[in-house]
Amino acid sequence: MPVTVEIPKERWTGSVREVTLGATAEEGGTRARTVTIGGETTLPFLHFEGEMPRPPVVGIEIQNSYPDDWSPVLLEAWGDVLNDPAAWAKKAEEVGADVILLKLRGTDAEGNTTSPEQAAAAVQATLQATGLPIIVHGPGQAELDNKLLVAVAEAASGERLALGLCEDKNYRTIVAAALAHDHLVVASSPIDVNLAKQLNILISDMRLPLERVLMDPTTGALGYGLEYTYSVMERLRVAALTGDGMTQQPMICLVGEESWRQKESRTSEGVPEEWGNIKKRGITWEIATAAALLESGADIVVLRHPETVAVVHDTISKLMAH
Amino acid sequence: MALSGLQIYKLLPKTNCKDCGFPTCLAFAMKLAAKQASLDDCPHVSQEAKEALSAAAAPPIRLVKVGTGEKQFEVGNETVMFRHEKTFFHQPGLALRVKDTDDASTIAEKVKMVNDYCVERVGIDMTFNAVAIENASGDAGAYAEVVKAVRSQTELPFVLMSGDMAALEAALDVEGGHRPVLYAATADNWEAMAGLAKGKQVSLAIRSKDGLDELADLTTKLGDAGIEDLVLDPGSRDLAGSLAQVTQLRRLALKKNFRALGHPIIAFPGELADTEEGEIVAATQFIAKYAGIIVVDRFDPAVAYPLLTLRLNIYTDPQKPISVDPGIYDFNSPTADSPLMTTTNFSLTYFSVAGELDGSGIPSWLLICDAEGMSVLTAWAAGKFDAETIAKAVKTFDAGGKISQKKIILPGHVAVLSGELEEELPGWEILVGPREAVDLPAYLKQL
Repeated sequence: MPVTVEIPKERWTGSVREVTLGATAEEGGTRARTVTIGGETTLPFLHFEGEMPRPPVVGIEIQNSYPDDWSPVLLEAWGDVLNDPAAWAKKAEEVGADVILLKLRGTDAEGNTTSPEQAAAAVQATLQATGLPIIVHGPGQAELDNKLLVAVAEAASGERLALGLCEDKNYRTIVAAALAHDHLVVASSPIDVNLAKQLNILISDMRLPLERVLMDPTTGALGYGLEYTYSVMERLRVAALTGDGMTQQPMICLVGEESWRQKESRTSEGVPEEWGNIKKRGITWEIATAAALLESGADIVVLRHPETVAVVHDTISKLMAH
Repeated sequence: MALSGLQIYKLLPKTNCKDCGFPTCLAFAMKLAAKQASLDDCPHVSQEAKEALSAAAAPPIRLVKVGTGEKQFEVGNETVMFRHEKTFFHQPGLALRVKDTDDASTIAEKVKMVNDYCVERVGIDMTFNAVAIENASGDAGAYAEVVKAVRSQTELPFVLMSGDMAALEAALDVEGGHRPVLYAATADNWEAMAGLAKGKQVSLAIRSKDGLDELADLTTKLGDAGIEDLVLDPGSRDLAGSLAQVTQLRRLALKKNFRALGHPIIAFPGELADTEEGEIVAATQFIAKYAGIIVVDRFDPAVAYPLLTLRLNIYTDPQKPISVDPGIYDFNSPTADSPLMTTTNFSLTYFSVAGELDGSGIPSWLLICDAEGMSVLTAWAAGKFDAETIAKAVKTFDAGGKISQKKIILPGHVAVLSGELEEELPGWEILVGPREAVDLPAYLKQL
């Protein structure tokens, strides 16, 4: 007798919020186009059960001055554009970025601290070089971040940049700057469901609409805490779909920064033979980290290597096909 | 699916005779439901109740053993959809496929690579688990020759891939009784396959050409024929379709207690991709999502190492941080003049730092503090790696007794602790090291 299997579907009641990055001329900015993410009503890519109306997007990270601490594999892949954020942004757009993440370095290669004026100028140059929406991250030192991001917010007023990292220790300043100049924030918390939720509540209490908040759960690279990030993202996404309004922000993962920081993707000398070729290993490290986090709910993966970008685009289009 | 205490109670004699050692049958039922008692403790239970209870206690996804001896691995018997709900128990076995149409030297080279490959991470040796041998030639004799040749090179278990009964039979004669997987029974050949597998120490893979209905139909027929160690290939060869199928299979087994589909899954990432990168992505998906055996078509150490690392990550028990014992560790025979560093007892932190110190050749001491198995930043944020913790470890393990000058090097990420630590450790000089372990050798050289 033929068997009929009834496909088990979850009845989710919640959905991920839609968030739009960038503003066109009509909307008060200068972007050639905007990027909207979110809107999922099921777990990643389970098209038999619900909607995933917007594909996840790929960000490419660029920096405002030469990244002398980057892996040699990345330095070789990008070449001369690393000295010029505008040229770098153009190149990133060419190799397939949907959005650009401009990371402001705390100091340049000579050790000079980045000034607010320099930060604002780097953002202006990037805005002129590309029509893509832009995410701007500070160096990750709360005080300096505040100084630089406030200047950036003002200089790019109305562009709907996403400003980060907006953490529990500096969210007031960053959110105020986003409110004053019509930007978004990247709310970042250290791999913890409750802290992520709490930060969204604090931001929301300052009256920044949640349609302008991205959630960064903090990325652990493959072999360096990936499993923690993976599970926290699954928990956040399940909570969002179950209807917990303070977990429904689209998620952004800094895959490139974390993957290329590790010994596996930086070191070719004095490592075991079993590690294989440095370039292939580094790129595979980034691909595997990105693929695993897309499966657990990433809406934006920010990458560093151009070859990874092509592979991740291909992966997203395959996962969206149904 | 586990029964509740009340459901179990209904199956018991309900005499409250106390022979089991509990005051009432209901109390005993509750203990049984909590798995804190055994049904054997009740001398009066009926045969019928025993069968009902043991059926309910059977795992929703059958445990399947592949291989024998040291190379044996077990797959299946998973209990959750998400690793945070408990943990994933049985890592998928990774296999490399060779074909009997490849030259003998190519096969020998591939088998040697996969057999010899072993890479260490956080003190754990990671390896591949099996060789898949495909009968692409269609020739039974040639296939058996290749199987025999591969067996002479490795003790790893095989996935024997052929639709030809004569080829599989010949292969089984020469593979050496290492509990292989036969791939695959289909709607067309399942009876012959059942005949071949019956009574042998093998597991049988089933490939469906038409989704889960056909798969359930086949597992039911094979179950009726007495073949229970089954492995499922639900058939999809695209990334999204495959994700849907493996998710549905896991849900049916766990949430619907759908026995016919409660078996481990076998996957072929290379068949979902035209490129090596595509295969990597598909393998990543199958490691994260629910496969029990993963057969890849390409082997490169630069890819094997990340994939094995991913498998280790996903199958780490999320409830237990992996940690090392707090204490003082020495590298390269240090003396009283060697530098002293400190960090947390998270094993990944320890092994990253230890690897650098060991590799640098510089004699040094490393004080490991009890930070409840958390990494430096996480422990610091949680208040488990502060000046007090470090000062306590310095005293407990008499770090001062090891060195002549009282200097201690902090991880760069917790530079903010130096002031407080100076107060906690009067007379000590607090130095701030680099943020990342990889920069330690350079730091120590300029010290």
